[in-house]
Amino acid sequence: MAEKVLVKGNEALAEAAILSGCRHYFGYPITPQTEIAAYMAKRMPKIGGVFLQAESEVAAANMVFGAAGAGARALTSSSSPGISLKAEALSYIAGCDLPCVVVNIVRAGPGLGGIQPAQSDYFQATKGHGHGDYQMIVLAPSSVQEVIHLTADAFDLADLYRMPVMIIGDGMLGQMMEPVEFDLGKRREIPPKTWATTGTEMKREHNIINSLIMNPDDLEACVRERYKRYDYIKEHEAMAEEYLMDDADFMITAYGTTARIAKNAIAELRKQGIKAGLVRPITLWPFPEKIYQKYTDKVSAILSVEMSMGQMVDDVKLAVGGKVPVHFYGRTGGNVPYPDEIIQSVLKITGGDK
Amino acid sequence: MEQVFKKPEALCDVNLHYCPGCTHGIVHRLVAEVLDELEIEGKAIGVAPVGCSVFAYDYWKCDMQQAAHGRAPAVATGIKRVLPDKVVFTYQGDGDLASIGTAETVHAAMRGENITIIFINNAIYGMTGGQMAPTTLPGQVTQTSPYGRDPKTQGYPIRMSEMLSKTDGAAYIERVSVDCVKNVVAAKKAIKKAFQTQLDGKGFSMVEVLSTCPTNWGKSPVEALEWLRENMIPYYPLGVYTDKTGE
Repeated sequence: MAEKVLVKGNEALAEAAILSGCRHYFGYPITPQTEIAAYMAKRMPKIGGVFLQAESEVAAANMVFGAAGAGARALTSSSSPGISLKAEALSYIAGCDLPCVVVNIVRAGPGLGGIQPAQSDYFQATKGHGHGDYQMIVLAPSSVQEVIHLTADAFDLADLYRMPVMIIGDGMLGQMMEPVEFDLGKRREIPPKTWATTGTEMKREHNIINSLIMNPDDLEACVRERYKRYDYIKEHEAMAEEYLMDDADFMITAYGTTARIAKNAIAELRKQGIKAGLVRPITLWPFPEKIYQKYTDKVSAILSVEMSMGQMVDDVKLAVGGKVPVHFYGRTGGNVPYPDEIIQSVLKITGGDK
Repeated sequence: MEQVFKKPEALCDVNLHYCPGCTHGIVHRLVAEVLDELEIEGKAIGVAPVGCSVFAYDYWKCDMQQAAHGRAPAVATGIKRVLPDKVVFTYQGDGDLASIGTAETVHAAMRGENITIIFINNAIYGMTGGQMAPTTLPGQVTQTSPYGRDPKTQGYPIRMSEMLSKTDGAAYIERVSVDCVKNVVAAKKAIKKAFQTQLDGKGFSMVEVLSTCPTNWGKSPVEALEWLRENMIPYYPLGVYTDKTGE
């Protein structure tokens, strides 16, 4: 059993990345993720790794592209406006089937927005960022301990499926201190990176990392092949926590820090006799649709609680296919929903509001 | 019969896609000859740009990565930081290096990143069909400067070698031309020195190669070479702009 230490979410993420074998970090300062860069700047030179503060988010993400192509476990982190800038490289990374991990400690938007916690980049993370037909695995931890486990998972998933993986959090998670153990658990076996551009040493044909395919049939075939992999991931890698769902007749759904607030609301609702439970997606892509489908004939309604104007709620609706009414409650702009607000929202739906 | 002239080993045995008279082919060959002579094909990783030379990944036998437009120096930085003992180079045109990728270029030089850049300056965007480049000369007619580039409204051409020579991190910067045999020989010498600079761990090296684009300049290959000599060389003087390799 590893020793318990008190650590901030952002720093836990950085240390977990190092423990997962990441030795190359490229980034650009932006609040509220800066602790990741600061931690890497301090640690990497001591362990023979590379911390490089790039001239821009664009450059940092393209350095990750290069490092990933050369076979390294590479990481970059940023916050919302910075992720918009990294979108170009993410599209190329996906198009070249390269693994990498990118962290978004989300802040409120649009534009420069604010620096307080938000979940308004859900669309960007799961359906957006760069151009073209591609997906990214998106992991949403809700505690500092889970940050550690999911960071290790992120590197494994990226290498296993040769695709970018995003870890999405917010300033609350990034800057909150919690007691944790740096135990990564069982890791997956990763195939050797025979495709990497490490120099031919005149012993093999040259490796080419490229996303340009001029023939439409060839490009379509390449994209379809990638989507077969995505289908496999949807089937095998979707994760969610089901909390007090065994006897639940009302489902609250929320991810990340919002899910923890929802748990407080659920405790209170249960005291009032409303059997509420929580489904907390851990993978935002692939979205854990099947877990929602288990409850369509057990719950009277679903309430999606988010720090946004309603983004994940669309995926919840798609998952349940109209079999259960899906409602939404959200705060945005950097505001965090209080348990009371969630309780009132549930009572309004169940007809018990005052 | 003795063979006196052949394809360099590091050049793939394929047809290049370039237009007749385009000087990309010459520079590709020079890079390949240098990879051969320094015996570094097996430890080289090249980065292809977006532009006419995007397919360069199919032309050299070394490992290759294709970068987003302008990002080749950042991509090369990522590769070099993972593989510091390998030889990493980019091959970029003027739109890629001197317009959309100016920040990546300048900061790679500022960091003294131990990479080599081959910069093709032909004063026009070739692949997209002949638009004004950052290096298009004053008065030069292109698709997007149909009345000739007017510096008052369209700005002045950028002299990258001069600009980068002011950075502390740049170890070796030279501007060459491939308009005649004498200059081709000098260009090869410069490219070889740039790669040697990297092998010696001296830092950032760049060779700017003045090149032709007969198709988009609307000239025959011979006229294009003359136009380069008469118009480009006076604006972009040849020579060594920085050489800290002896330090």
